[in-house]
Amino acid sequence: MKALLIRDLRLALRSGGGFGLGLAFYLMVVVLTPFAIGPGRAGLTSVAPGILWLAALLAALLTLERLFALDAEDGSLEQLAMAMPLEAAVFAKALAHWLTSGAVLAALGPPLGVLLALPLEGALPLFWALLLGSPALSFIGAFGAALTVAVRRGGLLLSLLVLPLYVPTLIFGAEVARRGAQGLDYQAPLALLAALSLGCVAAMPFAAAAALRAGLR
Amino acid sequence: MDLGQYAFEVLAAYGASFALLGAVVATTLIRARRVRRALEEAEARKNG
Amino acid sequence: MHAMGSIWEYANPRKFMGWTGHALPWLWAIGLGLCALGLVWGFFFTGDDFRMGSTVKIIYIHVPAALMAINGYFLMFAAALIWLIRRQPVSALVGRAAAPVGLVMTLIGLVTGAIWGQPMWGTWWAWDPRLTSFLILALFYLGYIALWEAISDQDLAGDLTAMLAIVGSVFAVLSRYAARFWNQGLHQGTSVPVVTGGRTIDDYFFWPLAITMVGFFFLFVALVLVRARTEVRARRLSVLQARQAI
Repeated sequence: MKALLIRDLRLALRSGGGFGLGLAFYLMVVVLTPFAIGPGRAGLTSVAPGILWLAALLAALLTLERLFALDAEDGSLEQLAMAMPLEAAVFAKALAHWLTSGAVLAALGPPLGVLLALPLEGALPLFWALLLGSPALSFIGAFGAALTVAVRRGGLLLSLLVLPLYVPTLIFGAEVARRGAQGLDYQAPLALLAALSLGCVAAMPFAAAAALRAGLR
Repeated sequence: MDLGQYAFEVLAAYGASFALLGAVVATTLIRARRVRRALEEAEARKNG
Repeated sequence: MHAMGSIWEYANPRKFMGWTGHALPWLWAIGLGLCALGLVWGFFFTGDDFRMGSTVKIIYIHVPAALMAINGYFLMFAAALIWLIRRQPVSALVGRAAAPVGLVMTLIGLVTGAIWGQPMWGTWWAWDPRLTSFLILALFYLGYIALWEAISDQDLAGDLTAMLAIVGSVFAVLSRYAARFWNQGLHQGTSVPVVTGGRTIDDYFFWPLAITMVGFFFLFVALVLVRARTEVRARRLSVLQARQAI
C-alpha cells in the first residue's frame, strides 16, 4: 500500500500531473477574483474565506477524474485488486490526492489570502478549515471517481455527482473560515467539519471499492 | 375569481406546475406506448 | 464482463406486470380525481390568508409536490438497498423509474416555493434552508439520472446508481442540517411554512390540502409504476433484439 501511495504521489508531482494543475488553478482563481469582484477591500474581505475554500474545492475536483481512470485504462486496476484489498488501494490513492491538493492548498490559502484582503486573524482558521476539511473532498471525490471510472470524459459527470455530496463540507469549512476572519468563535463548525472528514475517510473507501468491484466483474 | 394583488404569482405557480406535471405524464405515457409496441413487434417476429 | 449473462435473460417479472397492470387504472383514477377535487376546492372555494393573500393557494401544489420529491428519494433508497442485498430485478428498475418523477416533483416544489416566497421576500429566489435543500435534491436527482444514462451496461448501471443513492442519502440528511446551520439567522419567521403541511397551517386550508396530498401520492405511484413497467418491457426488448441480431 505504501508503494502505491508513493507511486501515485510521484505521478501527481510529475509535470502535467495533478499537483501542478490544481495549484495553477487555485492561483488563477485567487488572482482573478479581484478583477471580477472589484478592488474594494470591503468586498474582497467578505468573499475571501469563501473564495479560498471554493477554489480549493474546484481544484480538488479537477484532479479527481484521473484518480482511477488511468489505471483502469491500462488494466493495472485489476492487478491492484488482486494484489491488495481494493479498500486499501482506494485509501492510498485518495490519500495521495489529498497530499497533493488539499494539504498543499491549506498551506497556501492563508498567504494567498493576503491578495484577497483576508484579515490576519482569519489565516489560522482558514488553514485549519482547509486542512481538516479537504480530506473529505478527496475521499468523497474518490467515490465519485470510482462511479465514473468507466465513463469516457467522465469529468463532467463526476462533478455533477459529487457536487451535492460536497455541500456539507463546503458549508462547514467556509463557515469556519468566515467566523475566524471576523474574530468569532469557530469551534463548533470546526468540530463538525473534522467529524465529517473523519467519517468520509473511514467510510468512502468501502463505497468506492464496491463501485470499482462492480465495474471489474 | 379575484386573486387580488398576487394574481400573477398564483397563476404563474399553477401554470408552471401543470406544465411540468403535464410534461412528465406525457413523456411517461408516450414512451410506454412506444416500447410496448416495439416489444410486441419483436415478440411477433420471434414467434412468427 | 458479465460471464453469466444479463439477469434479464432469466428474470420474468410476470407477477409484477400482473398486479401493476390491474392496479394502474385505479391509481390513475384516484390520483387524478383527488387532485382535481383538492385543487378545485382549494383554488376556488377557500379564502385568502390574512398575511399571504391569495398566494396561500400555492400551498395546494407546493406541499404535495415537495412531499413527493422526498418520497421519491426514500423510494430510490429502498429500491437501492433491495437491489444490492436481494438482487430482486425489478427493484433496480423502480429506482430508475422513480428518478424522473421525483425530479419533476422537486422542480415543482422549487418553482412554487420560489414564486410563493417572492411577495414575502421581494426576490425570485432566496437561499432559505428549505429551498436550498430542495435545490441540492434536484441536483442529486439529475446526477442519478445522468449516471444511469452514462453507463451502457445496464446491470452495472443498476449497481452503481444504487450505491450512489445510498451514499447520497447519507449526505442528503447531512445537507439538511448543514443548510439550516448555514442559514439560521436569516428569514426567521418568514420562511416558507412547514413543508409537512401539518396543523401549523390554518385548519381552514387543511382539508383541500390533505386531499391534494393524497391525490399527488397516487399520481406519483401511478407514474412510477408505468415507468417501471416500461423499463421491464425495454429490458425484454433489448434481450430479444440482441438475440435476433445474431
